[in-house]
Amino acid sequence: MIRLKDVEKEYENGTYALRGISLTIEDGEFVFLVGPSGSGKSTIIKLLTGEILPTAGRVVVNGFSLTKISDRQIPLLRRSIGVIFQDFRLIEKKTVYENLSFAMRAVGASPRTIRSRIPYVLELVGLEEKADQYPHELSGGEQQRVAIARALVNNPYTIIADEPTGNLDPARSLEIMRLLNRINELGTTVVIVTHERDLVNRFHKRVVLLEAGQITGDGIGYDAR
Amino acid sequence: MRHDFGYFMREGVGNLFSHGFMSFAAIGITVACLLIMGTFSLVAYNAEKLLETLQSEYEILAFVDEGYNDAQTKAVGEALKKLPNVKAVEFITREEAMEAFEERTLDDYMRAHIEPDMFRDRYAVYVNDLNTVNQTAKAVHDADGVDDVRVDEDIAGGFILVRNVAGAVSLTLIAILLVVSVFIISNTIRLTTFDRRDEIAVMKMVGATNWFIRWPFVYEGFLLGLLSSVIAFGLQWLVYATVAKSIAAADTLQFLRTVPFAEIWRPVALSFGAAGVVIGVGGSLTAIRKFLQV
Repeated sequence: MIRLKDVEKEYENGTYALRGISLTIEDGEFVFLVGPSGSGKSTIIKLLTGEILPTAGRVVVNGFSLTKISDRQIPLLRRSIGVIFQDFRLIEKKTVYENLSFAMRAVGASPRTIRSRIPYVLELVGLEEKADQYPHELSGGEQQRVAIARALVNNPYTIIADEPTGNLDPARSLEIMRLLNRINELGTTVVIVTHERDLVNRFHKRVVLLEAGQITGDGIGYDAR
Repeated sequence: MRHDFGYFMREGVGNLFSHGFMSFAAIGITVACLLIMGTFSLVAYNAEKLLETLQSEYEILAFVDEGYNDAQTKAVGEALKKLPNVKAVEFITREEAMEAFEERTLDDYMRAHIEPDMFRDRYAVYVNDLNTVNQTAKAVHDADGVDDVRVDEDIAGGFILVRNVAGAVSLTLIAILLVVSVFIISNTIRLTTFDRRDEIAVMKMVGATNWFIRWPFVYEGFLLGLLSSVIAFGLQWLVYATVAKSIAAADTLQFLRTVPFAEIWRPVALSFGAAGVVIGVGGSLTAIRKFLQV
């Protein structure tokens, strides 16, 4: 579960990114976080992954209180979240399989767990045939699916996707959204940051609208406000 | 989380080879630093050993007043024994002194014409510490019944100088070269961390602990240091043996006795190993300090 209560964030240069945000996302929800650039979407993601601390208010993610989290606990918080980026962030010199095993190894998974988990996740994202290919041999949509597989491979409670379709054409974008929807149906909480109104409107899901650091809408569908 | 030694070591070795030339350069410079440190330390050590030998053989000759009888002469010996820094005194009669002289001289004419009367009864005074031999000589000279003294100041002074200079230089050099080697290794490892910044970012993103991220670099530094110390030890052995051999072969340097390397290889190997590991691990910890932040 994600809970933000009266969260404010002022950066050191004086920019006010968030001006008193309260938001609760229950386990198993599928939420679009939308808003123009500069509205504070990226700040929320950085808060949720423990990259930055709020100036005021409380942030709780999967049981970790981020206002008083210790440095030792931050890795544990991050294991409970899978993050997906617009630019995929795959390791170019590793194959698809190695990208996934690397992510599992990094959190101490045994070779046995790795061998049994990766085929399952690759099948889920439809890339079981591409396990031995390198990222540059794949299309953008396929690379993003590898990134999704990597986010899923350590079995997180929550998937956070930051503009996951920003680099993809509309058909691939729809595919990625459907995949994320499917992952949500399997029980993982999914939070997607995007500004693609058309795409959001194709799914009948909760939409939180962010403008100038404040929540200005929260309901089903983009036009719910 | 358990320490996955095999994994960290494999990654560390991989890092070494990912920057083969840089690793090679870092090892080369570290070897040079270790060799310089080792050489000066060994020179200081040998000078110290020579001084010890010299100290045990070094004597101040105290000539007893010609007018003294046996009892008085004996009293002089007792008095000398009580002086500070005096280890032992040995009485040498004029006859013994003459015999010793005859053994030393090759001049037949001299040998045929010397008489015991030409010599004086004397005490050979042995000291504990060569550093203060001048004060001791003065005290001996001032003692009742001592007519005159003879000391070999120059030899002692020369060795004290060599030991002190080599000792001071090796301490200073060790300090400077340690910093230099740590810096070089640190830079090599920083290059690897830069090369692997994508992997580090992914590891952080998926929740690897800081130490999981750091360990391969610590192993890389450890290996760089250890390899350097092994190579430096081998070279040091070679250099030492060669120099010792040429000293032994040189006629003019007969009085210089070097300690055989076989007698000191254990402490030398231990010091090189320890210095190498300290340099390597110190270098990697310096390089990865910036990954302390989450």
